[in-house]
Amino acid sequence: MGWQWFHRLGSPRWFYEKSSAWIPWLAVLSIALLLWGSVWGLAFAPTDFKQGNSYRIIYIHVPAAFLSLAGYYVMAISGAIGLIWKMKLADMVMKSAAVIGAVLTFVSLVTGAVWGKPTWGTWWVWDARITSMLVLFFLYLGVIALQEAYQQQDTANKASAILALVGMVNIPIIYKSVDWWYTLHQPATIKFTSESTIHPSMLYPLLVMVIAFYLFYALALLLRTRSEILYRERKTRWVQELAEAGKGSH
Amino acid sequence: MHPVRKQRLIIVLFVVVFSSVAVGLVAYALRENINLFYPPAKIVAGEAPVDKRIRAGGCVLPGQVKRAGDSLDVSFVITDGAANVTVNYSGILPDLFAEGEAVVVNGSVDGDGVFQATEVLAKHDETYTPPEVAEAMQNTGEHQKTCEGMKYGS
Repeated sequence: MGWQWFHRLGSPRWFYEKSSAWIPWLAVLSIALLLWGSVWGLAFAPTDFKQGNSYRIIYIHVPAAFLSLAGYYVMAISGAIGLIWKMKLADMVMKSAAVIGAVLTFVSLVTGAVWGKPTWGTWWVWDARITSMLVLFFLYLGVIALQEAYQQQDTANKASAILALVGMVNIPIIYKSVDWWYTLHQPATIKFTSESTIHPSMLYPLLVMVIAFYLFYALALLLRTRSEILYRERKTRWVQELAEAGKGSH
Repeated sequence: MHPVRKQRLIIVLFVVVFSSVAVGLVAYALRENINLFYPPAKIVAGEAPVDKRIRAGGCVLPGQVKRAGDSLDVSFVITDGAANVTVNYSGILPDLFAEGEAVVVNGSVDGDGVFQATEVLAKHDETYTPPEVAEAMQNTGEHQKTCEGMKYGS
């Protein structure tokens, strides 16, 4: 009792069939929240008294950066589960999380640069926060590259899981870099222990966007993992039957 | 837990702990070099190299910004509350440059302890405020968070 769901996850087929019911819910919710949050944030939230309209990039930059960090834990922990329990599904999640995480990290680096030019006066500066984010981007790329570097899927999973686990130390460094060292990047605005230093009229749309990005991340991860399941299980009978059924209906 | 899995779990934990300690030690050894800029106190104390390209960061002292009438030359004083450093710069300042706000300047300290800047970057703080709220706050002479609580008296 209790552990049964965990052992069921060992079956990609079980997960594939269960998860198909979640997709419409996640899709509708995340797209609705993304639309609501971005229209609210980009059109209705007040301007900042110092930065004017350029601050609005936080509605993309901050959620993308949040998810690029949280997504790394998803990747590293599923890599660890794959190493310890030899769970096929965990390896597939790790590979899918690497691609999505790399895209999100890239988005937060680019939006940060676009905002930095008018605000700081430079696109790029080698401070601790920005450099450690660049390292995160390379870690994601490293996991993707290792996945493709081996003929044996098993070896590839092991190698990329170990890289993901070693790189995990970078996540607390990114979080705390703005407090530990002198950086050009400002410290965190949204604080969990004290009052956030952003006016509520600007904070609420940001929180909507953060939730929307979390849901969108879950949706993207689910879709990528499902296609990875089909690809890696393509020789099994259930996938071939699924393909036959698909052909028949079209 | 199955003994083989337990062993693998221990190896995974070992990898995570060991790599964290290694990176932690490297970061500790490089702690001064990871800082983007020197605060004025360290420059005045002679801890920053002279005639070498460095960055300095601090708050612009109000009332000390002097602009030349016929060129882009500007001189201002940055402070961290403990010490002041005069900065000379020739060029266009970023939009967010203002008295009482934080800046990071790129350049070198000359023999007289004056910072000759080749680049001035505005450091933004972590606060976001609508104009109406800011107007109400302005009357209390509030400055940005980084420079909050700074004593500008000599």
